[in-house]
Amino acid sequence: MAFTSITDQITLLRSQIAATESQLSKLRAQLSAAESRVETARHLEQAYQGGFPAEWIGETLSALTSEDLHGFPGYAAATPGGAGSPDDIARSIRHETGRAEKEFVAAPEPVRSRWPLSGEEYRRYGRQMIMKEVGLHGQLRLKQAKVLVVGCGGLGCPAAAYLAGAGVGTIGLMDGDTVEASNLHRQIAHSTSRVGLSKVESAYEYLRELNPLPNYERHPFHLSPSTALEVFSAYDMVLDCTDHPTSRYLISDTCVLAGKTLVSASALKTEGQLIVLNNPPKAPGDPTGGPCYRCVFPKPPPADSVLSCGEGGILGPVVGVMGVLQALEAIKLLTSPSNPSINGNGLDPFDQQASPRTSMLLFSAYSSPQFRTIRMRARHASCAACSSVATITPQQLTDGSLDYAAFCGLTTPINLLSPQTRITAAEFARLPRDGSNVLIDVRDETQYAMCALRGSINVPWPGSGQKWVEAAVQKGALPVDGAGRELFVVCRYGNDSQLAVKAIQDAVDGGPSGTSVNVRDIRGGFRAWREEVDGEWPEY
Amino acid sequence: MGGTVDLTVEFTGGLEMLFSDQRKHKISIPAEESKGQPATVAFLIQWLCDNLMKDPRKEMFVLDDSVRPGILVLINDADWELEGEDKYEVQAGDNIVFVSTLHGG
Repeated sequence: MAFTSITDQITLLRSQIAATESQLSKLRAQLSAAESRVETARHLEQAYQGGFPAEWIGETLSALTSEDLHGFPGYAAATPGGAGSPDDIARSIRHETGRAEKEFVAAPEPVRSRWPLSGEEYRRYGRQMIMKEVGLHGQLRLKQAKVLVVGCGGLGCPAAAYLAGAGVGTIGLMDGDTVEASNLHRQIAHSTSRVGLSKVESAYEYLRELNPLPNYERHPFHLSPSTALEVFSAYDMVLDCTDHPTSRYLISDTCVLAGKTLVSASALKTEGQLIVLNNPPKAPGDPTGGPCYRCVFPKPPPADSVLSCGEGGILGPVVGVMGVLQALEAIKLLTSPSNPSINGNGLDPFDQQASPRTSMLLFSAYSSPQFRTIRMRARHASCAACSSVATITPQQLTDGSLDYAAFCGLTTPINLLSPQTRITAAEFARLPRDGSNVLIDVRDETQYAMCALRGSINVPWPGSGQKWVEAAVQKGALPVDGAGRELFVVCRYGNDSQLAVKAIQDAVDGGPSGTSVNVRDIRGGFRAWREEVDGEWPEY
Repeated sequence: MGGTVDLTVEFTGGLEMLFSDQRKHKISIPAEESKGQPATVAFLIQWLCDNLMKDPRKEMFVLDDSVRPGILVLINDADWELEGEDKYEVQAGDNIVFVSTLHGG
C-alpha cells in the first residue's frame, strides 16, 4: 500500500516536473522575444531622438522584430516598463527560478545597429535618398531587391551600371558572348583590355569597381528554355536587354510563368523602344495583370525583316538612353510602395492607377519630338502565354518542347546561284585589271564611302531586282546590249550580290532572245576579300 | 459622294525606308471607299500600299491583308486595338503611326 502510494507520488512529481518544464520553456521563449523587443525599441528610440521619423518607427520595428513576435500577440501590445510588461515578466521569472539570465535565455541576436543602413550606404546613396521618391524606405527596398539583367550588351551595360550604382541588393548578369572591339562604342561596362573576356565577367569587374556592396550573380551563358524558369525564380524583376525576337519571346513567357515584371527595351540605328510588361505580374488568366510580349506581338516578324545592330548599325547613345531608361523604370517600380494611394502622386505617367495602364515609349534621336509615349492594350484575351486559354505551360518550357528558334523562323544563308556564276575573292584578285571587267559594288553609299575598290561602280541594292537593274543601267554599269565585258558583283557579306546577279539574269531572260551576259558574284563579299586577299581591308 | 480626309501618317522603326525615306507624310485620302463606306484604317493601309509606297517590297508592309507581324499601328498615340483596329473610321486630322518593332540591343 505504502509502496503504491510512493510510486504514485513519483509519477505525480514527474508529471509536475514535466508540466513545469514545459511552462518554463514557453516562458523562456516569451522572455527572449520580449527582451529582443525591448532592445529594438530602445535602439529605435535612440534613432528617433537622432532624427528618425516617428511614423517610420512602427514599420521598421515590425520589419526588424516580426520573426520574434509572431505567435505572441499579447506581448506585441505590451509597453516596456509597465505593469505586466516584458521587463516585469522577465524579472519575475528570474526571481522565481533563481537562475541567472544567461543560463536559459537563448535570445536571437538583438539588432545592434542604431541605423538601418551602414554609414557607407548613407554616404553612397544619400543623393537619391533625400528625394521623396526614394527616401529611406525606397533605399531599403532597393537593397532587398533581386534584379536579373539578361544580356550584357548595349542595353545591359548601362542598365546594370545604374542598378548597381543605386544599390540594388542582388544583380544577376546573364550573357553567353565575349567582348569584341566592335562592342566598345556602346557597351560601356566593357573595356579595351577585356576584349575576348566573357561579357558577364567583364561587366562584373566593372560593376564591382563601381559599387562593391551589391551581390552579383554571374550566369555566363545564353538563356535556354530548360533552365529559364529556375534562374528567373530567384529574382524579383527581369530586364530584357537581348537583341533577338527568339530571346524576347522566351524571356516574356518565362516572366509570365514565374510571375515577374519585365522591363523590356530595344534599339537599332537611331531609334529605341521601351515597355514594361507583365506589370502587375498577375497569374495567367487574370485580366488585371499587365500584358506580355505576346499580347503586343502575337506573331513574330518575318525572319528576314529582323535587323541586328551588326547589320543595321547602332548609335551608342541611342542604345545607352534605352538602357538607362530600363534602369529608371526598374528603380521606380522597386522603390514604389505597393500602396496605390502613395503611388498615385502624379509623378509617374507610366502607372498612375492601381492597375497601371501599359504604355510604350518610343525614342527617335533624329525626330522631333524625340520621345513619344503611346497607350497600349491590356492583356489579350486569347494570349498564348498570359490569358485564361494560355497554351504555354512550365512543363512545356522546361522540357524543351517549345522551339523558339522555329517559332521566330530561321534565316538561312542565301545560296541562289550556280557555282558557274560565282567566283572566290582570291580568284577575282588574279583577274587582269585591263578594263575587260566591271566590278559593281552593291553596298549603300555610306559603306561605299568608307572603303571601296578603285574602279568599282556603286549601285546600292534597293531591295528589288527590277529597281536595281534600272539604276545599274542608268549608271552605265550594265551594258545595254549585254555584250562584251565580264561583270562582277560584290557586297559586304555576299548575300545582296547574289540577289543582284539573279536580277541581271532575270532581266536578260526576259529581254530579247539571244542576248547573254557574263556575270558572277564574289563569294563572301568584302569579308572574304579581307580574309583571302587584303588583310588591311577595314573590318567593320 | 466624294470628298477627302486630310491626315498625317508616320513611319518609324525602319519602315520609313519603304516610304521614300521620309517619316512624316501629310496625305489626303478618299473619304469613302469604293462601296461607299467611310474610309477605315484597313482602307488607308491598302491606299498607302497603292499610292504612297514606291518600294516594291509590299510584303514588308502588308501580309495577309493586314500590316505584317511586328508592325504596331497607333491611332492618335494609342495602340489601334484600343480604337477598333482596322475597322476604325479615319477622321480629318488623325495622326496614324506605323512602327516596326526593333530587336537590337
